[in-house]
Amino acid sequence: MDISKLSMHVNVEDFLPATEEEKEYMVQMRPSTTFFRDGLKRLSKNKVAMVSFFIILLITLSAIFVPMFWPYKYESMLGMQPGKPVDASFNNLRPFEYSSTEQARIEAGESVFPHVFGTDSSGRDYFIRVIYGTRISLAVGFFASIIVLVIGLLVGSVSGYCGGRVDIIIMRIVDIIYSLPDMLMVILLASVMKVTLGPAIDGTPLAKIGSNIISLFIIFALLYWVSMSRLVRGQILSLREQEYVLAAQAAGAKGSWIIRKHLIPNCISVIVISTALQIPSAIFTESYLSFLGLGVNAPMPSLGSLASDALNGLNSYPYRLIIPAIVISLIVLSLNLFGDGLRDAFDPKLNS
Amino acid sequence: MSSNTPNEVNKNAQPLIEVKGLKQYFQINTGFFRSIPLKAVDDISFSIREGETLGLVGESGCGKTTAGRSILHLYTPTAGEVIYRGKPIITAKDIAEFRTKATMVFQDPYSSLDPRMTVADIIGEPLDVHHMYKSQEERRQRILELMDHVGLNSEHAARYAHEFSGGQRQRVGIARALAVNPDFIVCDEPVSALDVSIQAQVINMFEELQDKLGLTYLFIAHDLLVVRHISDRIAVMYLGRMVELADAKEIYERPLHPYSKALISAVPVPDPVTARANKRIALTGEIPSPLHAPSGCPFRTRCPYAQPVCAESMPPFREVEKGRFVACHRVEEINS
Repeated sequence: MDISKLSMHVNVEDFLPATEEEKEYMVQMRPSTTFFRDGLKRLSKNKVAMVSFFIILLITLSAIFVPMFWPYKYESMLGMQPGKPVDASFNNLRPFEYSSTEQARIEAGESVFPHVFGTDSSGRDYFIRVIYGTRISLAVGFFASIIVLVIGLLVGSVSGYCGGRVDIIIMRIVDIIYSLPDMLMVILLASVMKVTLGPAIDGTPLAKIGSNIISLFIIFALLYWVSMSRLVRGQILSLREQEYVLAAQAAGAKGSWIIRKHLIPNCISVIVISTALQIPSAIFTESYLSFLGLGVNAPMPSLGSLASDALNGLNSYPYRLIIPAIVISLIVLSLNLFGDGLRDAFDPKLNS
Repeated sequence: MSSNTPNEVNKNAQPLIEVKGLKQYFQINTGFFRSIPLKAVDDISFSIREGETLGLVGESGCGKTTAGRSILHLYTPTAGEVIYRGKPIITAKDIAEFRTKATMVFQDPYSSLDPRMTVADIIGEPLDVHHMYKSQEERRQRILELMDHVGLNSEHAARYAHEFSGGQRQRVGIARALAVNPDFIVCDEPVSALDVSIQAQVINMFEELQDKLGLTYLFIAHDLLVVRHISDRIAVMYLGRMVELADAKEIYERPLHPYSKALISAVPVPDPVTARANKRIALTGEIPSPLHAPSGCPFRTRCPYAQPVCAESMPPFREVEKGRFVACHRVEEINS
């Protein structure tokens, strides 16, 4: 037995100085990530936010692509064939029910595409109407939020950064808009614009969108930017006192540069979350305006107008109210949850 | 008072920066539609020669930082002028040009770096603002060169400020100040937020950079030992006014103004025997509010030598010895 194995003496030859290569091996450098990639990584770990994101994605994609291959049109009344008497058996079908003519065709061996959600009282396929309604509601939600975001961001950042008299004037205007009763203003504007905007856009490509939708956007542009601008102003007021803003000024940067490069990137998380929450509120507004008959032009459906129409046959066909209501709830809930997830992932204060 | 600017201190070196009668007042609202001026900096004049380091000391709230910022025109001065290489800085164009020659290092290495920008972007920002490069490659090269100057690893370029320690962050701030190739840097308490061991590294780096790049510093600090180490001359401020300006060595060995005496006596001495032998001059009373500064000499409320004359008129900032400026009526009597 080799006695040296038990010895406490240290063999010097076992301790050679490390070569450069070995030293290099010991240095651990974390690959640097961008702020955006960091945020995405955190977001992808948040299960609730990811599920919400996929629900939004699914609803959006189906709203865009389903009408392209669905055999029925949202505005076509199936019982009305040119040159034939009105076939009332198409009206008010229950889910997966067929009209008498379709029944006959199936018996003859033809395949007929089912009415997944049945048909409405005019014999229009209800599924495609819900899909179209979703399309309209989502479009209104997204575009209205973008309008609100752009105006609010612009006004809020100028007001917050300039301060002084500019700030006072802008904030008093905001106060005035705030003090007007929202609902009343929306209804008044919507009914006035319905009259004035209709003839003005006749014949232009805008006519296809419908005067009511455009007036909806204008209403959002006029009324709903105020809370966003207040939020942005508050953020910028506190951020502009930071020393890095002074450092940028010392470097010779102008106001617009500082707002773009320093102030807005630093309050982006607040902006993102409030935009994400603005979308459902816009969808709600659109829904209640449609519900009151001030929304989209018939026969164009929206989720609100579908719910409104369903009130007539509530006892016999409750699912006609329930289906659009569920879709609205799903959109609003998942947008809210996704917005929360975004905030958690991109808020620098939670980073450490 | 502007005739007293001490640019005669050394006639062979051209003054790089001259400050004449600089005043910086802030309007403080005291009630509805009523405001009174807060005299943060009140009529200071001095000049800094090329390649020199002027230390600016004084207690908290005496207007050191404000003075530094007004000189760089980060605030619009209420009165007085700043002259750079013989040319007064007046118009917006002058200021824009001055920004490429005079930069600033900030006190707080945490809040002075944008948390959303990478180190490369922070250092490159002055280059971007002044369009000082022709290609992205040139910009990258310049940034890496600057990082090398301040002892940062090039691998750090793509990282965010929060991934660094205080000392490294301050190095980033210094690299940013160096980006435009300035002549003059206002260092606003650049080491007071750092650990003592890191302070020494950063101070030594300031000195190396001065030798290498021929920089001129206005070094603002409240740590007297740090200022003594780095400065050629030292200016002492009290309540927005300059009370003494002298060579660094002189002012430590033989302060003339009563406030400087008290300040210097408070510097800790590492040798206990000397420390015990030194008598510390303890000032009584609080520093008066700059909103309601005392009449005459601002220091008279706490000055052990105060006489009725001190309350009557403001003592002029006069040259009592060659290159030595003191604002005190009784400086000769006190020091004789």
